[in-house]
Amino acid sequence: MSMWKHHGKLERHSLLLIIGIVLVVSIGGLVEIAPLFWIKNTIEKVEGVRPYTPLELAGRDIYIREGCYVCHSQMIRPLRDEVERYGHYSLAAESMYDHPFQWGSKRTGPDLARVGGKYSDSWHRDHLIDPRSVVPESVMPPYAFLAGKDLRTQDLKAKLEAMTRVGVPYTQEQIDQSMTDLQAQADPFSSDAVALRRRYGDKVVNRDFDGDPARLTEMDALVAYLQMLGTLVDFSTYQASAPANER
Amino acid sequence: MNRVSGSNETGSLSGSILLACTVLRGLMFAFAAAATDDPLYRFQALIVVAAAVVGGFALNAAMAAGLLVNDQSKYMDGVVKAGVIATMFWGAVGMLVGVVIAAQLSFPELLYFPEVGWLNFGRLRPLHTSGVIFAFGGNALICTSFYVVQRTCRARLFGGVLPWFVFWGYQLFIVLAATGYLAGITQSKEYAEPEWMTDLWLTIVWVAYLFTFLGTIWKRKEPHIYVANWFYLAFIVTVALLHIVNNLALPVDLLNHRSYSLFSGVQDALTQWWYGHNAVGFFLTAGFLAMMYYFVPKRVGRPVYSYRLSIVHFWALIFIYIWAGPHHLHYTALPQWAQTLGMTFSIMLWMPSWGGMINGLMTLSGAWDKLRTDPVVRMMVVAIAFYGMSTFEGPVMSIRAVNALSHYTDWTIGHVHSGALGWVGFITFGAVYCLVPWLWKKDRLYSDKLVEWHFWIATTGLVLYICAMWVSGIMEGLMWREYTPQGFLAWSFIETVSAKHVENIIRTLGGAMFLSGTLIMIYNLWRTVRLPSVDTSDALAAPLPAAA
Repeated sequence: MSMWKHHGKLERHSLLLIIGIVLVVSIGGLVEIAPLFWIKNTIEKVEGVRPYTPLELAGRDIYIREGCYVCHSQMIRPLRDEVERYGHYSLAAESMYDHPFQWGSKRTGPDLARVGGKYSDSWHRDHLIDPRSVVPESVMPPYAFLAGKDLRTQDLKAKLEAMTRVGVPYTQEQIDQSMTDLQAQADPFSSDAVALRRRYGDKVVNRDFDGDPARLTEMDALVAYLQMLGTLVDFSTYQASAPANER
Repeated sequence: MNRVSGSNETGSLSGSILLACTVLRGLMFAFAAAATDDPLYRFQALIVVAAAVVGGFALNAAMAAGLLVNDQSKYMDGVVKAGVIATMFWGAVGMLVGVVIAAQLSFPELLYFPEVGWLNFGRLRPLHTSGVIFAFGGNALICTSFYVVQRTCRARLFGGVLPWFVFWGYQLFIVLAATGYLAGITQSKEYAEPEWMTDLWLTIVWVAYLFTFLGTIWKRKEPHIYVANWFYLAFIVTVALLHIVNNLALPVDLLNHRSYSLFSGVQDALTQWWYGHNAVGFFLTAGFLAMMYYFVPKRVGRPVYSYRLSIVHFWALIFIYIWAGPHHLHYTALPQWAQTLGMTFSIMLWMPSWGGMINGLMTLSGAWDKLRTDPVVRMMVVAIAFYGMSTFEGPVMSIRAVNALSHYTDWTIGHVHSGALGWVGFITFGAVYCLVPWLWKKDRLYSDKLVEWHFWIATTGLVLYICAMWVSGIMEGLMWREYTPQGFLAWSFIETVSAKHVENIIRTLGGAMFLSGTLIMIYNLWRTVRLPSVDTSDALAAPLPAAA
């Protein structure tokens, strides 16, 4: 049959073979991924979603560094048991400022997409220092060292600037005040907290997340991040079936 | 004679260029290490400097001793030998880390240390996955491809010292990635965790790999490119494409280890799983199918079962695999049309996968008795059987309704391991058992009995592992969604964790058995290398009468 003869050409010309391979493997990605960048309703705009505060961003970097995503998802599926266990299913908009995304692929531990506000700061602290002190059957590693490590802030501003360059809408003011905002959020008595809330919204709380007022530690940042997860959108007023959300 | 001395110079020329590049790179990173205020960046830069110093001196010594003879009448097998050693070394390391983290989940109170962050599961798990996929699997692919492309093209590897650069450059990538994970350097994209400096380095090494491979094909004395080389080529080209696109990221600063992905949320998720699933499709499937297409026919002394089937399943496989990524994102915020496309193509993928399985198995036609007499053949056949099993299980799990249960559970882990241990592991073991006597000029392995032991211990461990994960995965999936008659969730999350304790222990045991098999193999290979050599020439094979 002639088709098989034609294939002989590809077997004799390595460049033809390579071109064939590149063409064939490009199609799937182009059809599936490329449209996500220009189909508008891939991510609908949702009230309340904002970029991370500097302290939360630092905490998120620690979350990534420790590989938390390996065992914890941040993506609640619209299934009855998940919505009842974890809360409203995750919206695309809720991870629109996540570079990279943290949806995860495995639940060795529970989903964390809406863990914010479910437990107290001191519970998180105890749990991170010794998980089995609060959950005896837990298989999670201990993170006691976070409480003893000062938070590295030298590259904070550069991190916000890098985020801006990949598309997160930080204002120049937010970048300039990043260090002030970071310290304000970890200090319950900070006089800069008003300005922090003006820049990032009324729901931002300033607390001493790690229970050690003398130091600004990695524990502060990680707990601040965990406590804001899933709290940005107000689901008491969000209506999934509103015309704006059903495009 | 002239020809030999001429090519000699080519060897030392490429050696000199490489030496200059190594010195430059070492200097550049020495300055970077001095200039940065980021301790993690400095740590990685110093590793590069150390590698440049050691590599530079070694290269200089090799050139001075005239070791870089580039004799075009002989195959270049030194780099293949080094690759076999690296494969087995990293295999043992990667599997050991796997056993350790499985034990951590079984006995968390014994194996975690509150003040030692780098021994935590979150940092060791990427070390395990990258260790077995990229260090063990990658070295196996590079060394077998170097062996196969030379034999099937009847040509020496292209590029003078370039193959050695690919080998050592790849080892440096592994060391940078591994030490980075332990130190906490990661961009959190699964199976693509290394940060931007390491990603750039891998890109350079990979392009050199492509040119070595392609250059050898250009020098071939056979008119046709053998089917194994199509698969190797598809693997090398596509992995380059996947690696570059998925790792598009902006460094915080040129002297900072951290970078942020160019994409976010939904787009980043699909880019990642387009990459992730095709790391399976092209790294762990196409590359190892290439291995199958050379070593199985060679070992059983039969031609590949069907030429036409290899054409059809090659093109179908590489076309369809690329679409399958979204099945990792069922029921997520990814648009449903993309999920449905991913699911549809994943189910279609079953056919070309089984095309490969049939072509591999049926190559034994007329030589099925070897299954009884040659334990190495048995290992490769079981590998193909596991390939068939996991490429059937995969499409089933990609169905949205099944995925609702299986996603996020241990079932996925079991599925991955039936593919990784059963298919990738066993086909590699088979190929290496073939390669070592061939490369070191021995007429046999040290002990076929030990191969038998390896086979049965590893197979038993593998079955224990997979069954434990099926049970625990389906169990936790069912527990998560179980309701009481009153309409409440029946189980708290932590109850589903403690329910898996026994399965976790069985899994650890299964992994330890698989690792023991690998250690037996290493011993067997070591003793094989120490056997007296038979005199076999490493000259290029004489041209076949038909081709002349």
